[in-house]
Amino acid sequence: MWNYSEKVFDHFMNPRNVGEIENPDGVGEVGSMACGDALRLSFKLDDQARIAECRFQTFGCGSAIASSSVLTEMVKGKTLEEAARITNEDIADALDGLPREKMHCSVMGREALEAAMIDYYKRLGKGVPCDLLHRETILCHCLQVSKDTVRQAILDHRLQEIEDVTHYTKAGGGCTDCHHDIADMLRDCWDQIERGEAPPPKGLVELTELSPATPAPATEEDPRAARIRELLEEDIAPALRNDGGDIEFVRMQGDSVFVRLTGACAACRASDATIKGYVESRLHEFVDEKLEVIEVNS
Amino acid sequence: MSAQSRKFNLTDGLPDKPEKGIYFDNNATTQVAPEVAEKVIPMLRSNFGNPSSMHGFGAAAGAEVAAARDKVAALVGAAAAGEIVFTSGGSESDNLAIVGALHAQPDKRHVVTTQVEHPAVLGLCRELEKRHGHEVTYLGVDKSGALDLDELRAAVRDDTAIVSIMMANNETGVIFDSNAIGKIVKSKGALFHVDAVQAAGKLPLDVKKSPIDLLSISGHKLHAPKGVGALYVRRGTKLRPLITGGHQERGRRAGTENTPGIAGLGVACDLAAEGLDHENTVVRALRDRLQDGLLQAIPDVHLNGDRERRLPNTCNLSFQYIEGEGILLLLDRVGVAASSGSACTSGSLEPSHVLRAMGLPFTLTHGSIRFSLSRYNTQDEVDYVVQVLPPIIERLRMITPFNAERATF
Repeated sequence: MWNYSEKVFDHFMNPRNVGEIENPDGVGEVGSMACGDALRLSFKLDDQARIAECRFQTFGCGSAIASSSVLTEMVKGKTLEEAARITNEDIADALDGLPREKMHCSVMGREALEAAMIDYYKRLGKGVPCDLLHRETILCHCLQVSKDTVRQAILDHRLQEIEDVTHYTKAGGGCTDCHHDIADMLRDCWDQIERGEAPPPKGLVELTELSPATPAPATEEDPRAARIRELLEEDIAPALRNDGGDIEFVRMQGDSVFVRLTGACAACRASDATIKGYVESRLHEFVDEKLEVIEVNS
Repeated sequence: MSAQSRKFNLTDGLPDKPEKGIYFDNNATTQVAPEVAEKVIPMLRSNFGNPSSMHGFGAAAGAEVAAARDKVAALVGAAAAGEIVFTSGGSESDNLAIVGALHAQPDKRHVVTTQVEHPAVLGLCRELEKRHGHEVTYLGVDKSGALDLDELRAAVRDDTAIVSIMMANNETGVIFDSNAIGKIVKSKGALFHVDAVQAAGKLPLDVKKSPIDLLSISGHKLHAPKGVGALYVRRGTKLRPLITGGHQERGRRAGTENTPGIAGLGVACDLAAEGLDHENTVVRALRDRLQDGLLQAIPDVHLNGDRERRLPNTCNLSFQYIEGEGILLLLDRVGVAASSGSACTSGSLEPSHVLRAMGLPFTLTHGSIRFSLSRYNTQDEVDYVVQVLPPIIERLRMITPFNAERATF
């Protein structure tokens, strides 16, 4: 029997804010029935841009339901910037603590909140604040290993066990709370591999760059390219580097700007939001409204 | 729609916890029978001697151990009481059988078992592979939890030292045909160990007429105290001890006997033998009433394991779209004890290895609940559970994001 606090029992037995919000401003979904944990979180802002209402639906154990419930109360009245500062430890603290094995339930709450906020920024076509992306991309908080690093290692080396992931990336070598997430990622990656949708393992096939069959002649460069390069190198890349990510200019073709996201940004769930929301809006603001940013797979 | 409601109480309208809890988790452990306690207490208070001692105190304790050995031998159908070795429980019996048999046949390095064994066997087999260089074949099961005997026949080799296959599964109650399995194993010249921890007291045992060399039982699964068990070792079976030291148990298990536990196990085995009919009539009828009642009252429920070839006391159901721990917490709140194969309840990341081996989708494994009854359960208790569980399931389904239309994000 878990040693749950009174608060966990209270929020489990009397869950607050269950359900879905009609016409929400943001919706976040994390987990799946296969993982044994899933959470759908939706929120609505008031005219002061503060969270007026937040509701949840959870598939999971008692502490997952309690974590979701307490989170919907914690975010109420907060701006998104304030809400983004809520950590999974804050969620656990609000419940007077969770058993160590159940800390991932609070992490799931935190992730659903992030996903809902990212969804909000995407709906608006706004840039996603970097501190959001930061937490989004870190899988192992003890050793600061990103989700992308873990995913890449699994796919590159066809890793099968959590132990292997720890050996390759150090992820999971600390408090072991993220073993659940590593197991989920192993399952995801192997599903992808078994469906034949994964890139070949490293060292077997040359990586091919996403490009038209014949590269554009490298004659006259678009006059906007220099400005784009400058903006990427001096403004955008440093911001992403703060979060363990990076961005490279690949080429221009018409109004299309091809870039490559690397480090923690590559293949992360929020990379689409990074490209569309953040990078593109910067280029629109400082270079040209017509530009479209396209991510090139590395 | 209820999912739209902002606040609701999972326990509203549910009855308060009754004074006496309803215990439907007898495959985990059982209450000590009053008759057993009556035997154990004087062994603690006054009959405390060491059976090896050369005085009256020792003789009195030794007489209890001998009497208990006869009773255990009678329950399993051993030809002689000397074929019974007392141990600390089911796990030790399983370990003694498998490791003892391997050590006695150093030229044979292969073991055959199944994917659905109790961790006492599975964990040991993984350890044997990893640290001791043994080779282990794990037989699979089908959707109903049944073994393929042809697969077994093909798996047993010349260098197979021992085949260890349970008689009945602790999670689903599915029964394996130990006689048919044993015939195949013996025809190939390997030893056959049966983990009968769940079967003892629920299914008739008769080892002298069965092709079984070794058979494990556990005290606390049949209303004896924890910390005592037994291994049947057919006369002539070569076995090296796990615990060496003194000459107790004819040199097969050193250590001063757990005399209170052993005496209690003896009485429990007597009661189990007497109660076998009751188990297969009355307890079975209660289990069926519970199972049918729940299947009828609750939509989207799946019965796990073969409906017929199953222990009379066990019922394993999967409730779709929700997770087992929440069900257990709410059941506990209304005074009902059961167990779940969900990952969350074990502290491990993976849900039940048994249900997974049966090919059950994750959507069903996480919401599985096992009810396991005993002779102490009543029809009122069954009816109470059939009454309280439907609203519990309904409320948890109001919280989950999943349903028949949306099974994934």
